[in-house]
Amino acid sequence: MSEMQIRPMTLNFGPQHPAAHGVLRLVLEMDGEVIDRADPHVGLLHRGTEKLIENKTYLQALPYFDRLDYVSPMNQEHAWALAVEKALGIEVPKRAQYIRVLYCEIGRILNHLLNLTTFAIDVGAMTPLLWGFEEREHLMEFYERACGARLHAAYFRPGGVHQDLPDGLTDDIVKWADKFPEFINDLETLLTENRIFKQRTVDIGVMSREEALNYGMTGPCLRASGVAWDLRKSQPYDAYAEMDFDIPVGKTGDCYARYLVRIEEMRQSLRIIKQSIENMPAGPVLAPDNKVTPPRRADMKNSMEALIHHFKLYTEGFHVPEGESYTAVEAPKGEFGVYLVADGTNKPYRARLRAPGYYFMAAVDFLSRGHMLADSVAIIGSLDVVFGEIDR
Amino acid sequence: MEQVTFPLDSVKQALSGLIEDVSTESGEVVVRCASAHIIDVLTALRDEPSLAFDQLTDLTAVDFPSRPYRFQLVYQMLSITHNLRLRVLVSVPEGDVVPSVRPVFASADWAEREVWDMFGIFFAGHPDLRRLLTDYGFEGHPLRKDFPLTGYVEVRYDDTQRRVIYEPVHLTQEFRDFDFLSPWEGVQRDIQTADDEQESAT
Repeated sequence: MSEMQIRPMTLNFGPQHPAAHGVLRLVLEMDGEVIDRADPHVGLLHRGTEKLIENKTYLQALPYFDRLDYVSPMNQEHAWALAVEKALGIEVPKRAQYIRVLYCEIGRILNHLLNLTTFAIDVGAMTPLLWGFEEREHLMEFYERACGARLHAAYFRPGGVHQDLPDGLTDDIVKWADKFPEFINDLETLLTENRIFKQRTVDIGVMSREEALNYGMTGPCLRASGVAWDLRKSQPYDAYAEMDFDIPVGKTGDCYARYLVRIEEMRQSLRIIKQSIENMPAGPVLAPDNKVTPPRRADMKNSMEALIHHFKLYTEGFHVPEGESYTAVEAPKGEFGVYLVADGTNKPYRARLRAPGYYFMAAVDFLSRGHMLADSVAIIGSLDVVFGEIDR
Repeated sequence: MEQVTFPLDSVKQALSGLIEDVSTESGEVVVRCASAHIIDVLTALRDEPSLAFDQLTDLTAVDFPSRPYRFQLVYQMLSITHNLRLRVLVSVPEGDVVPSVRPVFASADWAEREVWDMFGIFFAGHPDLRRLLTDYGFEGHPLRKDFPLTGYVEVRYDDTQRRVIYEPVHLTQEFRDFDFLSPWEGVQRDIQTADDEQESAT
């Protein structure tokens, strides 16, 4: 047979593709079934959050953080609250710190449930999605009972949390947390030793320790490559220093390792949830400084000063002293950072949001080169990308 | 892992001759350097074993239109080995070209593309400096302070032409920008502009 010239093919993947996890447009240059180059086109969900924040007061900027990574909204708010608190130099009451830690870990499980189950459906397993979303619904009920919203919470505020937990909520969370390990075990029976799942994920999208650091990977994707690094341990914020938990670390750095790390992280989150409920002290949930945090509604009925504070806070907002700072939290996906430039007014001069998923997406080209087309779906699924935070 | 005291001396030693200034601002270490040295600075920070800043966490810019060096590039560095953070600031005037740090840190790839997209700072030596987050064919650099919040164009699907069309922004409600900084100055400013309008009318 004579020599044949194979024409390289350009394939357009998304933005309307169920495995694109939202609005990813991936332009793939293919050599037959093998990917030569992957060029992600992002920005289809770009809303200009950073620009909008420059034009809002510090408190008005907070709800935008729910809309970044909308799978774990409170973890994002946490970064903003901490950044503003650092700039203002205010202390958060202990009870508020524990509530925040509790809800951050609920957010982590929410996030991992969505990621693991959609990852599974991407590589062909339908059942985990159906089971996992039922559990997510329980967790979003806890969100709703604390703040009134299932998704866009706006619950963490600079200075604490907006309101205290209602009676009986922590008992229900404990009840749920006692039952949840059973669900994780069930989920594992479906996936961990599943032959098809392993064929699709083991040795796919491998990243070594050095490559992971070089590409700016953080969170479970970094830990899957064997780096024991978690901001909750290494640079603890709020009450994380008082929690006892372990950091799971992967060995192989492939899609399967990222899956395993997330499964174990859910178990560790449960430990933190139980500890934070057990050790939660009584007391206020907002810093008492009424120049930053609003007065209670009951005070406003009697106190003229409280009424003035309330009016000033919700019109003008509070002023943040001049300065620059970088604050990072361990969001479920990785390091979510806020670089805040304050100029002494009631609006941020510049707020840069460092989204972990942005750097994951940038690494897709590196990870999928030389793999088959179907593997790119597994890689994107294992990276845990949500376009709210990538496009900002 | 404990937060260790920052080895400021080894930073100064490793970067001697390359940087303008090392300072600590509210507990965070800030290094200032000229744009020509940025590759050497980041390489030195990464390769010096006592520092080992092995990750470029983030790269962004801030626009200060009143300054002679209009843009400030911000490189956030993280040392996982020693649990340290450091920030490198580079001031660049408008239209200046900055050497790309993509060869040193792969994470700079998209970060530099975003800075180019949002601020219009050009990076020399970047392999693929295209717009990233904005629309195909977008004009302007949105995060510059002189770019309006509403933008210039809006899109909609046109039924007669059967395609998406671009039109100048039309606000159905007047753009509201509340100046809460000082009520007294705010009033004065309004009086001033009202006077101007009267003068221009006569």
